Amino acid sequence: MIDFASLLPSILMMVAPILIAALGGMISEKAGVVNIALEGLMGIGAFTAATVHVLLEPVLPGWSLLIGVASGMVAGGLFSLIHAYASISLNADQVVSGTGINLLAVGIAVFLCQIIFHQDRTSAFQIGMTTDALGLYPTVWIALVVLLGVWFFLYKRPAGLRLRSCGENPQAAAAAGIDVRRLRYLAVMTSGLLGGLAGASLVLTETIQYSMSSINGQGFIALAAVSFGRWMPGGVAGAATLFGTSVALAISMVNVQDLRFLPPQFFSVVPYVLTILTLVLFSGKDFAPRAIGQPYEKGLR
Amino acid sequence: MPDKALPPKEKFDLIDLFTRSNGAVSLLVIALGFVFGSLFILLVGRDPVNMFSALLQVVTGWDSSRGVWNARYIGEWFVASMPLVLCGLSMAFAARTGLFNIGAEGQYIAGLTAAQFVALLFPPIPGLHWLVCVLAGLLAGAAWGGIAGWLKAKYTVSEVVTTIMLNYIALYVSQWLTHAFAPGANTYRTKAYPATSLLANPWIEDLTNGSRLGNGLWFMLLSVLVFWFIIDRTRLGFSLRATGFNKEAARASGIKVQSAITTSMVISGAFAGLAGVIVSMGSFSYGRVLPGMENYGFNGIAVALVGNVTAIGSLLAGLLFGMLNSAQPLMQSREIPKEITWIIFGLVVVFISFRNGFKLLADWRAKQRTKS
Repeated sequence: MIDFASLLPSILMMVAPILIAALGGMISEKAGVVNIALEGLMGIGAFTAATVHVLLEPVLPGWSLLIGVASGMVAGGLFSLIHAYASISLNADQVVSGTGINLLAVGIAVFLCQIIFHQDRTSAFQIGMTTDALGLYPTVWIALVVLLGVWFFLYKRPAGLRLRSCGENPQAAAAAGIDVRRLRYLAVMTSGLLGGLAGASLVLTETIQYSMSSINGQGFIALAAVSFGRWMPGGVAGAATLFGTSVALAISMVNVQDLRFLPPQFFSVVPYVLTILTLVLFSGKDFAPRAIGQPYEKGLR
Repeated sequence: MPDKALPPKEKFDLIDLFTRSNGAVSLLVIALGFVFGSLFILLVGRDPVNMFSALLQVVTGWDSSRGVWNARYIGEWFVASMPLVLCGLSMAFAARTGLFNIGAEGQYIAGLTAAQFVALLFPPIPGLHWLVCVLAGLLAGAAWGGIAGWLKAKYTVSEVVTTIMLNYIALYVSQWLTHAFAPGANTYRTKAYPATSLLANPWIEDLTNGSRLGNGLWFMLLSVLVFWFIIDRTRLGFSLRATGFNKEAARASGIKVQSAITTSMVISGAFAGLAGVIVSMGSFSYGRVLPGMENYGFNGIAVALVGNVTAIGSLLAGLLFGMLNSAQPLMQSREIPKEITWIIFGLVVVFISFRNGFKLLADWRAKQRTKS
């Protein structure tokens, strides 16, 4: 059998960034704005965090990690403003601006690597995040805190209810005195901050530098986790755990004797296939926020 | 009738121009993309002139720094443009039916993989072999696109999500199939293709001083024609466009909306599949275990949007982006990081997403006028 206990720390390491990004994507979609830019936001967060950490490591040992993570979040937040402005202020097609960010993010990240480090990736940092007594990275606990925070905000706070109403029926929300555009802006920016945090978490635990293959579809896996988890915090957490496990197994399966009979790409494909299958399976039921993807125009009914 | 509602034209008006003319918006976003790209290069202390001289060299073949002319650059420009034009057509065709096909990348991979296997396994009959490769690629791309279309038509599953998922499924399945089953495969390539499977054309090769441009060119041009013909000249194209404009109205007037959605994705996927064949049989002499996404599909989204989802627009935009792509090595040798081209692609798409601003501006101005 597979020794899951010994794999657990590395599985949770992979789950954390996917979960954080997926929760951000969920908040944005709950407010009615699709965010297919998670991949790009994670990329820009990962690049910024790695760069800041590499540059500050010799100067501010101990603090550079924290500053790196914070700057990754800020970078993700700033990038998401492009998406927010296009899709909320200008009522643009939300898929188009998301695609633009995905293209732009990897371009800017690698371009700046070439300028700063004279290669197509950042230099390697000495030490990334370190594990605690349980063998877990701090990102696991961060993901847990974000999960609880998002759940508490969305389902236990009035502001969370208002945010969700913007994604269900923005016209009714506006009639009830809610500033739909402002809440949608906040939701998209939160997904940007969390996307950046996810990218930073990924690069500082799973690798030693940022390169254009660092994210490698994990932002899209996070996007899949939102639909697979049926737009609920618990569901998304379950989906992210399943998908993260799959990603971890895809990497470590070569060392597991019992899994050698499978094609090596088997676990890489699992998240994507499962997502399509569940979308088909639950196609009749409305789990998605009702106004998802629709721009909010005043005066429309 | 919207023209009559507008106040009479007094003078040339920019906002009017940009709300009415798609072509004007395309030129504007391209110009903005290059302006911001150049500013970005300046910002990091490099000289944007180097980027433009590289682009000039790609388009004309004239190397201004050494004073020599080499037609190979022009050939390679077309080599870089062909898959972009085809993936642009793929995205654009689906968009005319109101579908957002982010899956050209996966359909491209499906086409490429099928063609690779046919090239290596089909008997090397001159004249027939490469044709079967092209057909296999077309069919595989069409099937991969058709899956997303069918799921949308039958189960109302968002094609945006399924095509993204299918991209990665295609990549990993292609890696597995090629590595495990293709003749002579190691971790990154197969054995060489038989010459009968290649799209090489000695005449074009001669004309372009030994570039990799070959018979793929005819297929690309034919595809542009086919796109235009289906969309603008056939009953099928009409029903596809009607579905894109207003699904309910189309349904009410007797158009089979569900089959229109599937058909549209099938044809859309065929374009991208053809791109896969042209890259594999045109630019390579052996099958590959793809290390990752090749990004033609994603860049095709930019191509289609800049080309206003038309046949001729995708052709022109594809040539523009192909020019940027094929200038990458020249830029790199002139101290401009080649990723500037991705930045310009991204900027162009971002600016396109801002275009609705012109409409909002026009609405606002009309309101101001009625007030005063």
